[in-house]
Amino acid sequence: MTAMTADEISAIEERFPQVFRRPAYKRFGPLFLLLGTVLYLVYAMWFFTLPQVLRDSHWERLPLFLSQWVSYDLQPEFRLDQPEITPKYPRFSALGDNPNPDWVIKGPDGTYTVAIDGPAKSVTFDKTQATIVANGQTVPVALTSGKPVVTGPVPDWITAHDDEVVAKMGFAGEVRVTVDRVKVRKRFLGWANFVFDTRSPFFGKSAGDVASLIISGPELKPGTSNLALAGDNIWNNAQWQHGDVWTKLLQTIVMAFLGTLLGGIVAFPLAFFAARNITPSGILSQVLKRFFDFMRSVDMLIWALFFTRAFGPGPLAGSAAIFFTEIGTLGKTYSEALENIDDKPREGVVSTGANGLLVQRYGVIPEVIPVFISQTLYQWESNTRGATIIGAVGAGGIGLKLWEAMRTNSNWANVFYMVLLTLLVVFIFDNISNFLRRRLSRTIHDYNRIQAEQG
Amino acid sequence: MTLSLTAPSATAASGATHQMADAWRRQTSLRRFYTALGVALLLAAMFASMWFADGANAGHFFDRLPHILDFLSWLVPKDWNDVWRALFDVASPHDTGTQEFNFPLGRIYVWGGFYIPEYFELMLTTVNVALVSTFIGFIFAVPFSFIAARNLTPHPVLRLVVKRFMELLRAFPEIVIAGLFAAIVSIGPVAAIIAIGLHSIGALGKLFYEINENIDMRAEEGLRAVGANWFERVRFAGLPQVLPNFMSYTLLRIEINVRISTIMGAVGGGGIGEELKLSISRGFGAKTLAMVLLLFTTIFIVDQFSAWLRRKLVGEQAFVMGA
Repeated sequence: MTAMTADEISAIEERFPQVFRRPAYKRFGPLFLLLGTVLYLVYAMWFFTLPQVLRDSHWERLPLFLSQWVSYDLQPEFRLDQPEITPKYPRFSALGDNPNPDWVIKGPDGTYTVAIDGPAKSVTFDKTQATIVANGQTVPVALTSGKPVVTGPVPDWITAHDDEVVAKMGFAGEVRVTVDRVKVRKRFLGWANFVFDTRSPFFGKSAGDVASLIISGPELKPGTSNLALAGDNIWNNAQWQHGDVWTKLLQTIVMAFLGTLLGGIVAFPLAFFAARNITPSGILSQVLKRFFDFMRSVDMLIWALFFTRAFGPGPLAGSAAIFFTEIGTLGKTYSEALENIDDKPREGVVSTGANGLLVQRYGVIPEVIPVFISQTLYQWESNTRGATIIGAVGAGGIGLKLWEAMRTNSNWANVFYMVLLTLLVVFIFDNISNFLRRRLSRTIHDYNRIQAEQG
Repeated sequence: MTLSLTAPSATAASGATHQMADAWRRQTSLRRFYTALGVALLLAAMFASMWFADGANAGHFFDRLPHILDFLSWLVPKDWNDVWRALFDVASPHDTGTQEFNFPLGRIYVWGGFYIPEYFELMLTTVNVALVSTFIGFIFAVPFSFIAARNLTPHPVLRLVVKRFMELLRAFPEIVIAGLFAAIVSIGPVAAIIAIGLHSIGALGKLFYEINENIDMRAEEGLRAVGANWFERVRFAGLPQVLPNFMSYTLLRIEINVRISTIMGAVGGGGIGEELKLSISRGFGAKTLAMVLLLFTTIFIVDQFSAWLRRKLVGEQAFVMGA
């Protein structure tokens, strides 16, 4: 490529002023935008006192909480100051009323061994000494001198306090030893008692046993078939509350469905009066459009709070809140779709002398119905997600249950169960709505193609 | 129709017309039947849902309906000026020392006697939560969307992973993320920012990569021909084409996030939601009206401003709310 002369360069500059001589605000626009964003972020950091918040945060809890989503622990306690060492389990422990787990081994000489992760991580103790085994090391703790004393060097996974020796064994659990008691926390992967809780007569039985009991066993509770009993036990599982969770989930689905559908039904006729090209009166159109804006701008939260006060907490309040918001949203999108229609079919129907209603029915509706349905499905999909959140303010559905389960910070497995169900519902409804919308867009596509072919 | 036809073929033609008319009638009657069936099913589902929702609610629809208006009576303040006083934290002559009228208590003094009224400060928190979380969403969604776009992805496996990840973020209930982080960074706006931000990554990412998949690939081919790497191709071929649409969807997201942020506030995420929930549940008429007014105005302004900016960016283009 030969070098350009100065003339050629200036000629090119002359020809493309929009590239080479842009006004200053266009040239520096992106820079100022970037600068503004950075300044805003600094301000936001100050506004939310972010450094302070980060300093006070407990990130070490995150892996613990996440592990609690998919695991549970058992915490037996062994009193050493009684005549005989006996394991004690907390009330309502996952093992039920007669815990006799095989990982707590009573020796013939009165010693106890608790296998926290097989023999590799375990603790063996009697009234005078505890021996903690983990990470390939064996650490004896003497208990005779009035306080627990680690014999030999203290490895870094053991913390020796004045009155307590704490051995952390990672995910598997931990051991806490004082002179008068040994506390063990052993963690298990999975969800405890997901099917039957400890009060159920089926508790602790293998799947085969339960099946044979249901099919041919004697009635465990006289007057009720075993199948009905099993169903009832599962539905009313005290820890997992399957019945309640599923009912609340159904409420969430119903809220989104009912709110969106009713919103669509009300918005449908109103949209015709709000669309600029169809309305009989411009003032009416303006009034309706401002009404739609109003319904949308009064937030779903406000509607939810009001209706919760009016109807009491429950899905009725949630449905009403979604309904009122949707009148605004769907009214707006419907009337916009109506304003974008092709006028020719309508003119054709008008020319036959049809009255107003028939013009809409045969000249307008066939064109907009696929768009309307598609928009409504979109809203339905997004409301299914939204209904989870407004539930938390008392408007019914699974939101409140989720929020309450989370507040205690101890029930993360239940939270995860509900999250999984919610994800499943959202996934299913997304796919249904996507499928229907694809079918519809094919209809719209075909319609446009036929129109294009006919010129 | 058959008038212009000659006699011999008239019968045949009218036979064909009859056939066509019959076929049309059959088709429409079938279609009408399906439509009627669909509508009937939908109505049945609707009434069943109504019955179910009504049964599960604490108060029932027809029991409560006559009382709707007397329930609203608490909302009407004794003195309408109290609404303004509540909004701007001016002392009310009706102050009896109760929480209902303790308007000046929430003042946040900035400089001498100059103060920001409590509700404006709370509203600012809510809006800031929405803005910052939208920013987080945007920053992460842009690179993710280029990885997830079929035509620009650096690797198909990576594309699938990023796509699934974004789907998960989008579907994960915000309230759970907020609850989880409330236990880590303490309850308040930061937990809400993280929750809404993560959700925005998924929501924006999906919209963005759908835009990316529809770009004109000739610019990219040109860059590929001169040996540009992936980053350069995305930066100089992809980004300029899609940025206006990206901005437009981001503005739409701000509108949605302001709404979500108020709801998050009501469950402990800071901002005006919590105060509003308290005020409605205790029946403080003037305070409630002041907050509703403020919230309504803010959302209205945000919506209108964003709509105006979007029109400037991409012209009159229909957008779908939600998603």
